[in-house]
Amino acid sequence: MTYIAKPKLHHRDIPTNALGFTHRDYEGRISTLCAGCGHDSISAALIQACFELSIEPHRVAKLSGIGCSSKTPDYFLGQSHGFNSVHGRMPSVLTGANLANRDLIYLGVSGDGDSASIGIGQFAHAMRRGVNMVYVCENNGVYGLTKGQFSATADKGSKSKTAVNHDAPIDLVSMALVLGASFVARSFSGDKKQLVPLLKAALSHRGVAVLDVISPCVQFNNNPQSTKSYDFVRAHNEAVNRIDVIESKAEITVDYAPGEVVTVHQHDGSLLKLSKLQADYDPRDRAKAMAYLQEHHARGEVVTGLLFLDPEAEDLHAALGTTKLPLNQLGERELCPGSKALAAVNDSYR
Amino acid sequence: MSITIAAGRVDATPSQATAPTDTNNPEYFHKVVDCQWACPAHTPVPEYIRLIAEGRYGDAYMINWRSNVFPGVLGRTCDRPCEPACRRGRVEAEPVAICRLKRVAADNKGEVVNRMPKPASHRNDRRIALVGAGPASLTVARDLLPLGYSCVIYDADPKAGGMMRTQIPKFRLPESVLDEECNYILALQPETRFGERVQSLKALLAEGYAAVFIGSGAPRGRDLEIPGRDEGAANIHIGIDWLSSVSFGHIDRIGKRVIVLGGGNTAMDCCRTARRLGGEDVQVVVRSGFEEMKASPWEKDDAMGEGIPIHNYMVPKSFTHEGGKLTGVLFEKVKAEFDAKGRRKLVRSGEPDVHMPCDDVLVAVGQENAFPWIERDIGLEFDDRWDMPVVDELTMQSTHPKVFFGGDAAFGPKNIIWAVAHGHAAAVSIHMACEGQDLKAERPPSYVTLTSQKMGIHEWSYDNDVSLDLRFKVPHAPHELTLNNVNIEVELGFTRELGFKEALRCLNCDVETVFERGLCIECDACVDICPMDCITFTPNTAEPDLRKMLTAPALNLTQDLYVSDALKTGRVMVKDEDVCLHCGLCAERCPTGAWDMKKFYLETAQASACSC
Repeated sequence: MTYIAKPKLHHRDIPTNALGFTHRDYEGRISTLCAGCGHDSISAALIQACFELSIEPHRVAKLSGIGCSSKTPDYFLGQSHGFNSVHGRMPSVLTGANLANRDLIYLGVSGDGDSASIGIGQFAHAMRRGVNMVYVCENNGVYGLTKGQFSATADKGSKSKTAVNHDAPIDLVSMALVLGASFVARSFSGDKKQLVPLLKAALSHRGVAVLDVISPCVQFNNNPQSTKSYDFVRAHNEAVNRIDVIESKAEITVDYAPGEVVTVHQHDGSLLKLSKLQADYDPRDRAKAMAYLQEHHARGEVVTGLLFLDPEAEDLHAALGTTKLPLNQLGERELCPGSKALAAVNDSYR
Repeated sequence: MSITIAAGRVDATPSQATAPTDTNNPEYFHKVVDCQWACPAHTPVPEYIRLIAEGRYGDAYMINWRSNVFPGVLGRTCDRPCEPACRRGRVEAEPVAICRLKRVAADNKGEVVNRMPKPASHRNDRRIALVGAGPASLTVARDLLPLGYSCVIYDADPKAGGMMRTQIPKFRLPESVLDEECNYILALQPETRFGERVQSLKALLAEGYAAVFIGSGAPRGRDLEIPGRDEGAANIHIGIDWLSSVSFGHIDRIGKRVIVLGGGNTAMDCCRTARRLGGEDVQVVVRSGFEEMKASPWEKDDAMGEGIPIHNYMVPKSFTHEGGKLTGVLFEKVKAEFDAKGRRKLVRSGEPDVHMPCDDVLVAVGQENAFPWIERDIGLEFDDRWDMPVVDELTMQSTHPKVFFGGDAAFGPKNIIWAVAHGHAAAVSIHMACEGQDLKAERPPSYVTLTSQKMGIHEWSYDNDVSLDLRFKVPHAPHELTLNNVNIEVELGFTRELGFKEALRCLNCDVETVFERGLCIECDACVDICPMDCITFTPNTAEPDLRKMLTAPALNLTQDLYVSDALKTGRVMVKDEDVCLHCGLCAERCPTGAWDMKKFYLETAQASACSC
């Protein structure tokens, strides 16, 4: 198989962002995933979100594990930093990188195999610690690279091309809520109108922001009886809200009647406006969110939208009281503060 | 507008919705092939460009020959309506050099005599008279002779070719190229009455012809009746007559200082010819501004490249003379003014008049039709305003059922490619008329096919990797050579190597993106991969609104939107055809084959396609 590279020519009327870039400048190499893979749509949504936020590509670090999903960082943000780590170990490598250099925007890309099977322990601890990152799980319910065996997120009774799943599913969203994640959302690769604003909100959140994105595997798990197929998700999608991200610089002009909209200020000054699609849903209540998810999952519905948000969350750096400067910017004086400082440290243990 | 798409279906109000595109109408995909659509003869341009890239020059030539009859001539002289239409010009800086690629096919075609039609093995009893041996008449002859018609071609000149021979200088069109392409038609054995000027249409009709085709061109050069015209007459020449005399070798020199009046292509041919016949100081003087000149931009470039200045906004006032000999031309300087309706008017600029001394003047200020030989009492109507025959634009038939027109004789001066298109249409009509068919209702349709080009998952039968090269320039012979001999061709043509690279610039617009709604699962893969942001899935609405809602706005209203019927989510697929690269990535990334790349091939109906 040969692939042609996406031609460099672009439409003359596409917009540029504050940095003078078009969305084409945020692309990566041509995808080698199967045609129609939901993951490619998520890559396109990430490109769009970073473009709209005018993020400088060199300020982003993309980290991933192993799997179809973990290949995707090659296909977007070609001018950003990247680290393709060991299977299931993306969270710990990312945690280390984050501790070393807090100035970068950390984007962890993983899949249901990488996060819910081999890497479930890593996933859990990253949530607990509140590492400042966006954790995108590209969730298709199967192991695509090994030809479509059910993964740990496949729903019980869901059918793939060749089998019926017996095991109970791991719901990463519910786990994230239990484990203390401060930004929890679910979306669908086939709905960029929902996904792009959610990614923008996640990118401007401080603390761990988890996005479980259902991403149909066209090759192995897009048959009508699969609960991770385009048709099933479209038919059972219960979006709880619509989100608008208003950057700190923008003037807020639109007024909404109370009750229809929840507004949340984030640390970086941005404002999230959540238009309620389900009247009784409040994304600031963790316990109710968990109950809501269980209830609707039992009815066979796929709840999407921004499910929980704690805008006051602190991240791991705050908990550890680490230095504000990235380690690579520390000079000799900070790193070798001298014998007096050493003595003071030693004294504190006596 | 806030519409939740993922949560359920969205339906536009039926009254607002844009109707789905009817791709069964051949015109829809034909319009996407901008070059072919713009070409009067609808030559399948991308098809022959691909053949050139494959080195199949003979095949490329024959596709051209079938469609436009004079590929070698047109590859050097065509007005190229295809090039301003070329999509490449909207995507990058300049269109594909379509015209000069045609010449590559002609230059490298090798032996094609065996591929030409043979003279009819037996003739029917229908005799057709063709007045004039220019491109229109020769096209009619080529289309009718193989069907068994007897064609009699009249021309006042001793050889076939018409204006291609008399008005186009040999340094642009070598005689051998013209002879070769005329001879392919003469080999079909028409009866030629060259050197014989038709003096009466009434008499011609009385000879019992089944039909008469008039392709006599626009043979009268417009004169300039200003003071001094008569006194200076010996050194004032009508441009097209002068070019004709040069072509037949009757004139081989001109004065050192020459002024050419006029801003069209004839003026450009006059000044460049004068430059080669002893004119050392040749200047072109034009009434209008530079941009408004009728001459093609490349012809202006070529003239200026030979050191010929072009002066604008100067209106000739009188020819100056002394002792019965021309001494120069006096010009009034003007400027352009625009009225409230935006119409341009030339008014005196107030600057003093300019006198330009010269030895000879060439007047190239326009051409006119002339039909002194057509009687006005034979049932052939002329319009009152222009005194031109009334001719049907589809059938080329006049109000006399047996008389047909084409080329410049039909609707005034146009160009060779229009003459060819008229010739094909007239041949169809003549054949149908002879068969007693209705020329409009029973007219044969074009031949159209739409064929998938898929060879494998990432394999297409065409080169879909878009070349980023800018337009290549055709090499020219050095001035030292060309400016001293009126018969040496200036343009050398693309080499095979350059022709190959230029051919790869073609976007293959005839390989169409064809959408099959029933197969689409709305996965967005095509939207994400499209390098030009052509594709959008959106709720349907009225077209003007739809154009603004797309991933990239569709602001070029001359280009269609391809709109599907409603999909499962209620949305529609909208593709803006404007800047599509035809790279096929949408089809490569489509998991279900809802997108396919299909080659659209259209051949216009010729007389041989009539079902009779």
